[in-house]
Amino acid sequence: MVSSGSSEHTGFTAPSAPRTRSRIVMACKDIADGFRLWRLAATLGWLDIRLQFSGSTLGPFWLTLTTAVMIGSMGLIYSQLFHLVLKDYLPYLSISIILWQTGLAALILESCSTFTRATETLRSVNMPYTVQALRTMMRCGIVFSYNLVVPVTVFLIFGIWPGSDVVLALPALLLWLVDSVALCLLLGCACARFRDVPPIVGSIMQIIFYITPIIWEPKQVADHAWLLYFNPFYSLLEIVRRPFLGQAPTGAAWLISGGISLVFCLLALFVFSRSRSKLAFWV
Amino acid sequence: MSGSLFDARRVPAGTSTISIRNLSLEFPIFHGGARSLKKMLFRQGKAALTSSRSLRTGGEVRTGRPDGGPVYVQALEDVSVEIRSGERVGLIGHNGAGKSTLLRVMAGIYMPDSLNVAIRGQVAALLDVNSGMNPELTGRENITLMGRHKGLNTTQIRQLEQDVESFAQLDTFLDLPVRLYSSGMIVRLGFGLATAITPQILLMDEWFMAGDFHFRERAEQRLSSVVNSTDILVITSHALDVLETWCTRLIWMEGGRIRMDGPTADVMAAYREEMQAPEPEAAPPAEPAG
Repeated sequence: MVSSGSSEHTGFTAPSAPRTRSRIVMACKDIADGFRLWRLAATLGWLDIRLQFSGSTLGPFWLTLTTAVMIGSMGLIYSQLFHLVLKDYLPYLSISIILWQTGLAALILESCSTFTRATETLRSVNMPYTVQALRTMMRCGIVFSYNLVVPVTVFLIFGIWPGSDVVLALPALLLWLVDSVALCLLLGCACARFRDVPPIVGSIMQIIFYITPIIWEPKQVADHAWLLYFNPFYSLLEIVRRPFLGQAPTGAAWLISGGISLVFCLLALFVFSRSRSKLAFWV
Repeated sequence: MSGSLFDARRVPAGTSTISIRNLSLEFPIFHGGARSLKKMLFRQGKAALTSSRSLRTGGEVRTGRPDGGPVYVQALEDVSVEIRSGERVGLIGHNGAGKSTLLRVMAGIYMPDSLNVAIRGQVAALLDVNSGMNPELTGRENITLMGRHKGLNTTQIRQLEQDVESFAQLDTFLDLPVRLYSSGMIVRLGFGLATAITPQILLMDEWFMAGDFHFRERAEQRLSSVVNSTDILVITSHALDVLETWCTRLIWMEGGRIRMDGPTADVMAAYREEMQAPEPEAAPPAEPAG
């Protein structure tokens, strides 16, 4: 890196000053182009799922079945351990686990391989990189909706109807979609460059799983509940979970979720715009 | 269709250009520790410590590149090429001379944002044998994906499918995963796909001449009809007769630089002369960059 001197992994030098088009503009253009190819992204995401389950009769319903068994057994064990009433606890657990395990956590873990699993394509076809982010989002979305059957069934079994508040989950889920694109671009780039990032992310998610009220309830920490707001994942989870439990999420939760999403988006734009021209070398 | 990016890149016929000025390109080669965030952070931490110590003691010798960092391979060095509409360009040179890299630059895959590179026109590139096909998917599904990439609607995709189907003649194999195909069959599919929609700029790596004789004949037929309606053709090949047939201009690459650039006959004569000189290149090793 003789002439540029900017960073050691720029990936290229030019004898004259390394003149490049505005990175941010090009990154935004990539994102816009990617969204215009949403049909391609959707097809790719759908085919990913189909390939994963090709040759099995149940197909993606394996996901539903696995989750159902897991939630059933967890519900039984934990309600015994924590001395909770199954009728109260199981609906809470089912929606929490689904939102976390096949929602947020799955999305973050999957976003790591956004670009690394598309190596062939990136190296041989000129396609907006954002298509890969949308593809990952689509894939996660499909898995998520298959799993959503489980809590809905639990709710039906226990005769619980969250009421009209459930529509409040829609804008929250929309925010999740925005976050998912941002995270795919952000972590996808980071993981393409540094291959030890996915296991690091995995460990962090494991820790967050324990410090976030997922299998335990916020009311169990009664006096210190405000501390939970320091964990942005708590707020992100709450804005979707509360409506399903028939309550409106707190303003604080929405505010923090909005804030952290903005941080994700800005970080993603920063990292993606800097990585975009090098991604073809990294993958 | 309004959403098509492929069409958005279209320029008026006969105005496509490829313009590359003083382009140098270094490949970062990541090996071992260079891939690790942890090691990079340690390395930088260590470097910070050493430098602060060297300030105090003075005169500490530091190695030029901290070990474990990425190694760079100079793939292109100060390359300038202007290709105007109507030109049929062939790239020749040893394996590893930079032909494929240059083709990838023209396809917008490497260094898409560089101001040294300006590509005008709609590009189709046949770079890999797989050309971005997913080996797990059937041929038909890969056709659909390609159509979606070009922004085609469902009826147009059906047309594309029929066109490719009749050209590739894969029969029932079209409904089997591409990974089961022989290399010749993949070439049939890939070639059929890439030439089904006539691009303004067609870039092809040498693999396209694989396939049996019968296919090669039909491929050449199809290629000539495509070539006649494209503005620019750039191909790389080791088959000199192929280049002589198709190209009006040859660019001879050597060690990432342009050794010679001119009309086919001139460059070919010089190239042949060099090849017959002292050491004919005996089975060069596989090209790292593909």
